[in-house]
Amino acid sequence: MSYIPNTDEDRRRMLEKIGVGRIDDLLRPIPKNLQMKSALDLPEPLSELALMQEIEKISRDNKSGLTIFAGGGVYDHFIPAAVETITGRPEFVTAYTPYQAEVAQGTLQVIYEFQSHICRLTGMDAANASMYDGASAAAEAASLSLGKTRRSKIVVSETVNPLFREVIGTYLSGRDIDIVVAPHKDGTTDFNRLEAAVDDNTACVILAQPNFFGLIEDIEIGAEIVHKVGGHFVAVIDPIAAAVLKTPADCGADIAVGEGQPLGIPLNFGGPLLGFFAVKQELVRFMPGRLAARTEDEDGHPGFVLTLQTREQHIRREKATSNICTNQALCATMATVYLSLMGRHGLKRVALLSMERAHQAAAEIFGLPSFEPYFKGGFVREFAVRTPIPAKELIEKMIDKRGILPGVNLGRFYPGMDDALLVAFTEKRTESDIKSLGAALKEFTADAVLSKM
Amino acid sequence: MDIPAGLKYTKEHEWLKVEGKTATVGITEYAQGELGDIVFVELPAQGTVVKAMQSFGTIEAVKAVSDLFSPVSGKVIEVNPGLEDDPMIINREPYGGGWMIKLEISNMEEVDKLLTADSYRKLVE
Repeated sequence: MSYIPNTDEDRRRMLEKIGVGRIDDLLRPIPKNLQMKSALDLPEPLSELALMQEIEKISRDNKSGLTIFAGGGVYDHFIPAAVETITGRPEFVTAYTPYQAEVAQGTLQVIYEFQSHICRLTGMDAANASMYDGASAAAEAASLSLGKTRRSKIVVSETVNPLFREVIGTYLSGRDIDIVVAPHKDGTTDFNRLEAAVDDNTACVILAQPNFFGLIEDIEIGAEIVHKVGGHFVAVIDPIAAAVLKTPADCGADIAVGEGQPLGIPLNFGGPLLGFFAVKQELVRFMPGRLAARTEDEDGHPGFVLTLQTREQHIRREKATSNICTNQALCATMATVYLSLMGRHGLKRVALLSMERAHQAAAEIFGLPSFEPYFKGGFVREFAVRTPIPAKELIEKMIDKRGILPGVNLGRFYPGMDDALLVAFTEKRTESDIKSLGAALKEFTADAVLSKM
Repeated sequence: MDIPAGLKYTKEHEWLKVEGKTATVGITEYAQGELGDIVFVELPAQGTVVKAMQSFGTIEAVKAVSDLFSPVSGKVIEVNPGLEDDPMIINREPYGGGWMIKLEISNMEEVDKLLTADSYRKLVE
């Protein structure tokens, strides 16, 4: 079946109109050696049944059903069945940017509730309707600061998720922005070096809480440093850990962003994810993306609309701080349902259980010969382990032999840290999972430990 | 159209009222009329140094956003606090309650380069 709706006759007329004899003539500027003359090397089309069987066969090569101790930004939390059931209602599945308030009250209300949840979680004054993911939310935060302060430099801690930093770099490339990375010392931001990097051209300082190594940072110091020069403080937070930590607002954040995946969204092989973005009142007009608001109609009935649209690109045009005019509606709906089900106390229980498991596991792992903490310092649900063999090797062995994904290889992001394994915990990891993790770590490093003795 | 004689004007439709070394800046009756209902004005903080004919802020109407250009160089010594809660005062009183910033002028010669009321009237009529 052809999906190209034009006929030979259509094509002949189009070519005639633009004065070209054959389609190949359009390709003439491309060097001959780069043009492919033969047909694509693809198998014959299959029937639907045969195709399903083929794909199922391929999918058997996946390592599925692993016990997951990897985090680094996305976490394997329990998702109540109601999240999928409610989010799967056609009214929500078909939801896109709801311009027409008169036909989109349900969607607008869900967005409004999502924003309200994010404000409660962060302590900030206003949240937007969501962003693509935490990384793009962090980049948008930098962009907001640069636009609002009319400065051209940002300072980001080395302990902010390296993938977020990469996306920030991509977003700001071509704009002549100076991105300074403030190094860490023993796993947390070196505030002396950060302070030295901040000057009166600094639009914002970006810090993570907890940081990428799982450690708690004194982010208030960063807020003070950047406020002294009139810049913004951007806090990147883990929404689960946030339930037991001081809010970004209380730490002096002007903008709080983060990855919302832990709030009821599956791991999904890396996406789709969910960015959240919240600001202090004075930055509301510079916030990217959509913003839903509660209002009243002329009879005094409550209703919901998109609001403050002059912030947005279609009105501010080149003066907008962002090009984003959309949101991540379906994933934001999942997070809204999840947070509504959990409530304030439920979310705190999830955080405390995850924390309890992490601290039990730390006792287990650091009781083993040759395993020690990579960094000292307080952590919530994730920590780095110094491994007696390269972390990459350990991860591969444990996936293959035990069906355990023991963590993230930090050497992938930080040169010289090949012996660092970042291990994360959620309420889903049982005591027996932790025992199995400890046993497998011991087993697969026994040879290396012996040879060192 | 109201174009007060004692003020100076820019081609970008700002007005400047000079009193000694101090200048008050706003937008003209013509500008507010073209923009329509004004919903927000983004102004610089007190102490900001601005340069002649460079953007010092933005003004948002329902359907468009425009840059605000400073007629002369100088330091911002006062920002109209009333615009935050009632930006539409610019529509009602562009030359009065709708003023935006007060500047300490750094170069008086720049004032002479601005348009007079008569030449501004020719520009907009």
